[in-house]
Order: sequence, then C-alpha cells, then structure tokens
Amino acid sequence: MGAVAAQGSATVRPSQSTTYTVTATGPGGSARASAQVTITSVPSPAAVREPSQEQISSDQREMRGLDEQIQEIKSDSLRMAAELSQLEEKLLYPSGTQVAIFVELAKGDMMRLDAVRLQIDGQLVAHYIYSAKELQALRKGGVQRIYVGNVATGDHKLDVLVDGKLEGGADFSRTGQFTFRKEVKPKLVGLTLAGPRSGNTPISLGDW
Amino acid sequence: MRDLYFGEALYHAYQGQYFDALQRLDTELAQYHVLDEPELDTLHYHINNAEFSVGDFELDYRMHQRAGRAIKAVLEGAVDEAVRNEAAFRLARIHFQKGQLDDALEALARIKGTVPEEIKGDLEFLRANVYMATGQPGQAVKVLTQLKSNERLAGFVAYNLGIALLQDGRPQEAIEQLDKAGQLPAGDPAGLAIRDKANLVLGTILFESGNFERARQSLDQVHLEGPFSNQALLRAGWAGASAQLYDRALVPWNILVDREPTDAAVQEVSLAVPHAYASLNLHGRAAIGYGHALELFSNQIERVDASIRSIREGQFLNALIREESREDETWVIRLRNLPDAPETYYLMELMASHDFQTALHNYLDLEDLRSRFFAWKTSLDAFDDIIRLRGQNYEPLLPEVDAQFRELDSRMRLRVEQRKHLAERLQAILTAPRPDYLATAEEQIASERIARIEKQLGNSNDPESLALRQRADHLHGALTWRQETEYNERLTAAYVHLSELNAPVDTLTREYDAFVRTRQAATHSYVGYDIQLARFRERVDEALQRVDVLIARQGNMIETVAINQLEARRERLAAQQTEARFGVADSYDRAARAQSDAGGQ
Repeated sequence: MGAVAAQGSATVRPSQSTTYTVTATGPGGSARASAQVTITSVPSPAAVREPSQEQISSDQREMRGLDEQIQEIKSDSLRMAAELSQLEEKLLYPSGTQVAIFVELAKGDMMRLDAVRLQIDGQLVAHYIYSAKELQALRKGGVQRIYVGNVATGDHKLDVLVDGKLEGGADFSRTGQFTFRKEVKPKLVGLTLAGPRSGNTPISLGDW
Repeated sequence: MRDLYFGEALYHAYQGQYFDALQRLDTELAQYHVLDEPELDTLHYHINNAEFSVGDFELDYRMHQRAGRAIKAVLEGAVDEAVRNEAAFRLARIHFQKGQLDDALEALARIKGTVPEEIKGDLEFLRANVYMATGQPGQAVKVLTQLKSNERLAGFVAYNLGIALLQDGRPQEAIEQLDKAGQLPAGDPAGLAIRDKANLVLGTILFESGNFERARQSLDQVHLEGPFSNQALLRAGWAGASAQLYDRALVPWNILVDREPTDAAVQEVSLAVPHAYASLNLHGRAAIGYGHALELFSNQIERVDASIRSIREGQFLNALIREESREDETWVIRLRNLPDAPETYYLMELMASHDFQTALHNYLDLEDLRSRFFAWKTSLDAFDDIIRLRGQNYEPLLPEVDAQFRELDSRMRLRVEQRKHLAERLQAILTAPRPDYLATAEEQIASERIARIEKQLGNSNDPESLALRQRADHLHGALTWRQETEYNERLTAAYVHLSELNAPVDTLTREYDAFVRTRQAATHSYVGYDIQLARFRERVDEALQRVDVLIARQGNMIETVAINQLEARRERLAAQQTEARFGVADSYDRAARAQSDAGGQ
C-alpha cells in the first residue's frame, strides 16, 4: 500500500478477506502489528444448513432398520396380548358365568356424559367417570366395555344411573332398571344412552 | 352398532389406543373367519368396515409391513364391485403412505366400475398425488383439473394443481393457478394454511424469476399469524431488497425481527435489518441492529449448547415419555416448557419430518410395550396365585363330591332308564293293545291271587272245587272286563302321567348338566395351566429383553439425530455471530467515517 503519514490514515476497500500488516518505523526502532479484515457476503436468504446427504441417509437407514425390528416386536406383542386375554377370560370369566356390559351413545347425541354407575342385583359393580377423550370416542360411535364379571345362570337385576350435563351446562341424572337373563353362553348387555332432549329413551338395554 | 366388540375396537382407536384396538379387532376377525355360518355373526354387518379399519389401525400404529393384509383379503374375496373398489383405494393409500408407489399405481389400476360416492374425491386426489410422486405431473394435471369442483378439497386441489403445472414445465400456468389458490376463501385453519402456502410458493417463484414487485404482493397476502408467516415476511423483505427498495424491505423485516428468536427466519432477519439500514447509509442504526443480532446469536448459541447438554443427559427422552406432555398435538412444542427439557424449538423442522415423527412415536410405543410387559408379568403372578388357591380349595373337596355324584348319577340313570322303558312300552301298545300292561297295582295283586287260587284248585271235579273255579273265572272275567272297557282312559292317563314326568326329569337333567359343567369348570379353573403360564412367562421375559435393547438403540438414535441437527444449527449461528461481529465493527467504522467526512466538509 505504501507509506502513510504519522498522523494520517489510509482507506482500504478489499474485495475479499485480507490480512493487513502495519509496520511503524521511527527513531526508537520499528514495530509490527497485523489485522485481519473478514469480508462476509450479504446475508443470503438461504435456509439453515442441513446435515450432509451421507449423514441423512445413514441416519435414515438406521431409523428404518430399527423401525422394522420395532414392527416385529409389535406383532409379537399383539399375538401375546391376544393369548393373554384368552387365558384371562378362561381363568377369570369363564363363559358359563361371564357377563359383559357395554355402553354406547345414541347416534348423533351430543349430551355430555359425566358418569355411569351400574349395580347388578343391588351390588355396585362399576362407577365410571368419563374423560373428554373418552366422551369424544363415544360420540364418534365407539362402544365402551364398562364391566366384565361373573353371574350365575338365571335372571338378574341391573340398575343404571347416568349423570351428565346438557348443552346449556345444566346437570341431569337418569336411572333405569332392567332385568337380563344369563344362560350358559357368555352374556353381552348393551346400554344405549341418550340425552333428555334427544327424544330417544334415556337408557335402553339391548341383548346381543 | 351391531357388533359390540367392533365398537369397542373403535372406542380404543378413537382415543389413539391402537394397540388395544388392534388386539380387539384381530381377535374378533380371527373368530369370525373360522365360523361355519359367518352370516349369522353380528360382525357380519360390519365386516368390510372392520377389515378396512384393521389396515387403518395398523398404519396408525406404525406397522406398515402388516398394514394392507386385511384389505388384500377383501380385494381377493367375493365382494361386490363398490366394496372391492373401496378396498383397492384404501390399499393404494397405504402403499402411497409407505412410499411403494408402483404398488399404489397397481392398486389404483384395479379400480373399475362403481365407486362409492363418499370416496370419489379422495380417490382422484390420491391418484393425482401418486402421479406427482411418480414423476407424471402431466397426468396429475389432468386428474386435478377434473377435481376442481370438489368443494371439500378445493384448497388442496388448487395448490397441488399449481405445483403439478410447475413440475410439468408450465410456469406461467402454474403462477396463474397458484395465484387462484392463494385467493380461495378459507374457513378452517387447514384451508388457511394451504392458501398461505400457495402465496408463499408463488411469492418465491416470482422472486426467483426477478419479478420482485409481484412476489412482494403475493407474500403480503400470507396470513400474519399463520405457520408460514415468518418465511413470507422474510421473503417479502428480500423481494424489496433485491429491487434495491430497502425502506420497503424494512417493513416486513421489522415485524419479523421481534418474533420468536429461535426461529431461523427471525435469526436471518436480525442480520438483514441492519444490512438494509447500512444500504440506506444509516450506519448508526445498522450498528445498533448488528449489536442486537450479536446479542441474539450469543444467547441462542448458549441455548443450543444447553440443549445439546440436556439431550446428552437424557432429559429429552425423559421429557418425551412424560404422559402429561402428550395430551394434544402440540406436545412436542410444549416439551420446552418442562423443567430440564431441552429447547425443542430448534428441533421443530426435524420433528416435523415423517421419519423422525415415526421414530419418536416408535420410542413411545416401545415404552408403552415395556409397561405392558411388566403388567403382564404381574398378571401372570396373580394367575399363579389364583390357580394355587383354587387347587388348595378344590383338591380336598372333590373326591367326596365325586363319590356323592357317582351314587346320584347311578340312581338317576336307573330312573331315566325306567322312564325310557315305560315310554317304549306305551309306544308298543299303541300298535298291539295290551290292556294287562295298564292294570292297576290292585288288579295285578288280585289277578295274581286268582291265578294262585286256580292253581290250588287244580283239575279236581268235586262240586266244591267246580263252584270255586267258576267264581275265580268270574272274577277273572270281571277284571278283564274292567281292563278292556277302561283301556282307552287308562292309556290316555298313562300318557298324561308320563308327560307329567317330563318336567321333573328335565329339571333333573338341567341340574345334572349344570353340575357336570361346574365340576368341569372346577377342574378347568386350576388344572393344565402350569406349562402354558411358564411358557408365557418366558416369552414375556424374552420380549422384555428385546424391548429394552430396542428402547436403548431407538433412544440413542433419536438423541444422535437431534444433536446432529442442533450442531448444524449451532454452526450456522456461529457463522451468523461472526457476520454480526463484523457488521458492528464495519458500521461503527462507516458511521465514524461519515461523521468525519461531514466534519471535514
């Protein structure tokens, strides 16, 4: 760049990163200092740098390899769960005494079901409080198995108490009394619940 | 709902409990398929829906290898055209989601004839997507053009048509189409998002073709609160800056610069804003802007470092498995609010990718399986206990019960045999009448006494004997007369009595059967389980070991991928930090120079 006066200055306009070295020479000797000017381009609208392609594919390969093993263990677990549930049924709820009670909402009914209480022959067998997710599942047409147990063959009394809220927020409560007959095969009892404003029977019992 | 167990499977599925849903439905379908008369089963009313649902649940439970098997069974079964076409559509959708595009095309090619009205739109939309994914945008354009009138899919069809045109090398038509897509009315968040996306893509295309003004107009239409707004603001600014209109660029950029500092667009704009000021020769403001950017990058680098540390300490996986963090769809974002959890914002892009989502959910599924296995082990222990207690209870009782039963059994068999004999006799005398069979006990005794007397009288011809014999004959005749004349009433009465016996015999048979069942149930309740339970326990232990290894590997992979991502972000932040540092120095330098130039003049 050449010499610069002791009190002067010099302007540089480098087009790329450059290291400038200053040498000051005087009666006392000389001294050197250097400074690096880093030129950065205008920030580009580029997105965040992604990991390299090789890294992605090796990660993906590992992910997929593991995924296959996970699918296998899921399959095995489903088979085991089915066997265990059969074993459980055989041990705890043999068909000769098994009774299962199911709850569903009448089609399109929008009442807010809070709780269902069931008594068989005067004995409390289930008292279920519904979460929002469960209520949503019932509204979409899902059927909840609320109780599985054992009863002797013959006639039995079933008392049902339903608590809920109307669309306006007011509480409501309904009760129903039914009789079902247990025979040698497993007994399935279905309860269909409807809000008071739907025009349907609030609690109806169906046999399967 | 005609089949309660299918309803139960749906109940689980609607709550995202796909394992339970599949377990229930697999069992139901397996039972259904071995029935002699399946049409009498309640599942028969829902069978196609049930087979379709299995495929859906398997996909939702990330079991892609299995998904589609049940649907193939429907396709190959004897079903009507509409059902077969729906099955083919669902199969194609599964193949498409699995990335098996040729198989998807093949399944779509099987669709011929009647298609259920409710799937028509989705079917054609899928067909277009498959064409686009297989590099046939021209075909996709044809399909999507036909679909334009579908109101439900309007936004998606309009956007995809724009992209298909672009891929087909028709940029002008693509721009017009995206422009239309960007102006469609949108009522729901999904519609709004797709409209924003159309404007963002359109803005980008126009920007890249140097049409900055139109680019900015499109980008300005992106909803300011939507998910694409940051990118849109950033690109709108660049559209201005590229046309040297820095003051215009600063309008969107100044909105963006105050947003969430972990967002890549916000970080980029924190450098772009001072760059714009510098370009407007406002070096003082540029210096302040670069100063803010420097501070932002230093803070963010610290946050990223802390996140990497936190992931290495296992906090990321710990946060993932916390139940409360998974209550709704935004759970991944909310992880960052949990104590000790890493900054997940930097992982958003990664987390949004399909593979990483699958990996995360698989990790949670494995955790879920592990807790199931532990619960099963507890159940098996309880079953052992039940069986042992039942054995202890029944073993001493049963020998005596059996002895009593054997005695009762022989007595009962005798009586039943007798009744059977009587019934046979009655049946026989219907064709060959035998009044003597219907003699009363009194008559039988009298008859026997008469026979004895006759025997004693022998063949003697003395007058006394003759008189007695005559009397005996008379009596015999009287008895026969009675039996013959009363025969019909007696036969009727005998039938009545025999049928009266039916009720007690039926009761007895029922009680007998009930006893036999209960007796069998008593034995079945504790005999023959040992081997089954022992094997099951071994399988659970083995599965538990496998799941432990898989959890460790899966967790490690998730952490590694997340850390790689964060390190890439850190690298970018460090580069931006350097740019900011240089920017500060340069701006001060220029500001000082400007000041001295002004002073010099």
